[in-house]
Amino acid sequence: MQQLADSLIAQGMFGANPPRDLIYALFIFVFSLIVFLGIAFPFAGIVSWVERRVWARMQSRCGPNRVGPNGFLQWLADGLKHICKEDLIPADSDPALFKFAPYLVILAFTLPWAVMPFSSQLILADLNVGILYMTSVTALTVVGVLMAGWASNDKWSLIGGIRSAAQIVSYEIPAGLSIFPAVLMAGTLSMQGIIKAQGWAPWTWFAFSNPFTFIAANVLYISALAEGNRTPFDLPEAESELVAGFATEYSGMRYLFFFAAEWGNLFIIGAIITTLFLGGWQFPLISNNAVVMNVLQLITFNIKVLFLVFISVWVRGTLPRVRIDQLMSLCWKYLVPISFVDLVGTAAWIAIWPSGNSVAPWIMLALFLAIVVTFLRRVLHYFRRSKMELYLSPTI
Amino acid sequence: MYFQFGVALALAIIGIGFMAVNFGLQKLLAPNNPYERKLTPYECGEPPTGKAWINFNVRFYLIALIFVVFEVEVAFLTPVAVVYMDWIRRGHRLYTLAEILIFLGILMVGLIYVWVKHDLEWLKKVAD
Repeated sequence: MQQLADSLIAQGMFGANPPRDLIYALFIFVFSLIVFLGIAFPFAGIVSWVERRVWARMQSRCGPNRVGPNGFLQWLADGLKHICKEDLIPADSDPALFKFAPYLVILAFTLPWAVMPFSSQLILADLNVGILYMTSVTALTVVGVLMAGWASNDKWSLIGGIRSAAQIVSYEIPAGLSIFPAVLMAGTLSMQGIIKAQGWAPWTWFAFSNPFTFIAANVLYISALAEGNRTPFDLPEAESELVAGFATEYSGMRYLFFFAAEWGNLFIIGAIITTLFLGGWQFPLISNNAVVMNVLQLITFNIKVLFLVFISVWVRGTLPRVRIDQLMSLCWKYLVPISFVDLVGTAAWIAIWPSGNSVAPWIMLALFLAIVVTFLRRVLHYFRRSKMELYLSPTI
Repeated sequence: MYFQFGVALALAIIGIGFMAVNFGLQKLLAPNNPYERKLTPYECGEPPTGKAWINFNVRFYLIALIFVVFEVEVAFLTPVAVVYMDWIRRGHRLYTLAEILIFLGILMVGLIYVWVKHDLEWLKKVAD
């Protein structure tokens, strides 16, 4: 973005002797507004509709299909409904903390968009600490959720908030450790730097460059789902045990913002994994036109991210919730040792083959394709035994 | 540099401003009719007994302690991870690898200690 501002100033767009700081401030504000109101918030809304439609299809239902074409405007209707709901603050609660908690959760959702690498030039700010910034601002969620649970003065909220704190801080460790294999190979923390260290082809992605990074990508995805309070790790808001967990006492817009942040975080989870392990926006150089290339890169990045978002919706529609002791032992007894081994293994791999092994990516890719083919054969098995008309008209 | 962190500031202002606008709209549009029974904490229809601000399970405290140890480690690893590739390219392969192994080894001893002491088990058995 700074390059764009500089080039426009150099072209004399703002007169001969422009106030540089003022133009920078204007640029920052306008583009942040575009990213927030044009991408981040609509995404959070639309994915709520997509998620309900996908679950409905998995459970042989229709899902919301009345507001707009195929129910597409359902998220706007929901938002409008929540604006018109009474804002209740329990009498015994701590009102200041109770009101402050949603702000922290929304901050944890808006701040990561500053380093979101949509394409080689479409990025708000290419911070040199990009991925570290991303993990540190998303960790603000835990403060908001714990604050919401404590301030409500409700037993369900307290249990939900404290469970959430334990869960999110535990899964920070495998998530943090699984980021390092990619950082080790790229040698930088900047989001663009990590993407530029990879290529457009799957065998040049970090996920397939050696067995350890392949496992690290999976561990990171599992931990990110747990940090985003997603099923099968949605214990903080387990609706069948804890009413609504930390959000029990919230109503109206405050309630909506908690869940908007949760849905919006799906994009951020997908973007982190796409950037670190799946090659980000990399696209073969087929044109010298910068605009064409940027549009193609934008599409590539979004397809990868939206596919990961779809997988997490799928997981939520498929898997049952784990118990709290299983959740904690999965984190500390399996994911943490595995991510330690990944880190050491990647470091050793780089020490042995500093410029990369030429055979390993092909073997990893073949293994990955074998897993996918095995899975698709299972799907075909059930597909043959199901009702065809449901698949032929997916938008009833 | 200030351009780049200015973006983070702008996003924070926009996020909070967006929420403030929505809360303002809610104030205008939503009904406001609180009474005593509506404002009691929800306990599935029963009258609530006592406050919720009580001592909670000590296991969460143990997890928080273990977390602090490992999170500090993650923070310390970050600069090492960034310069690692550079050092390998300069030819200090074994030296660099040994250093990162020693650092991680000490921390793994910490994990093994916690594990052996059964602090990772949710249902901890107290020795007789």
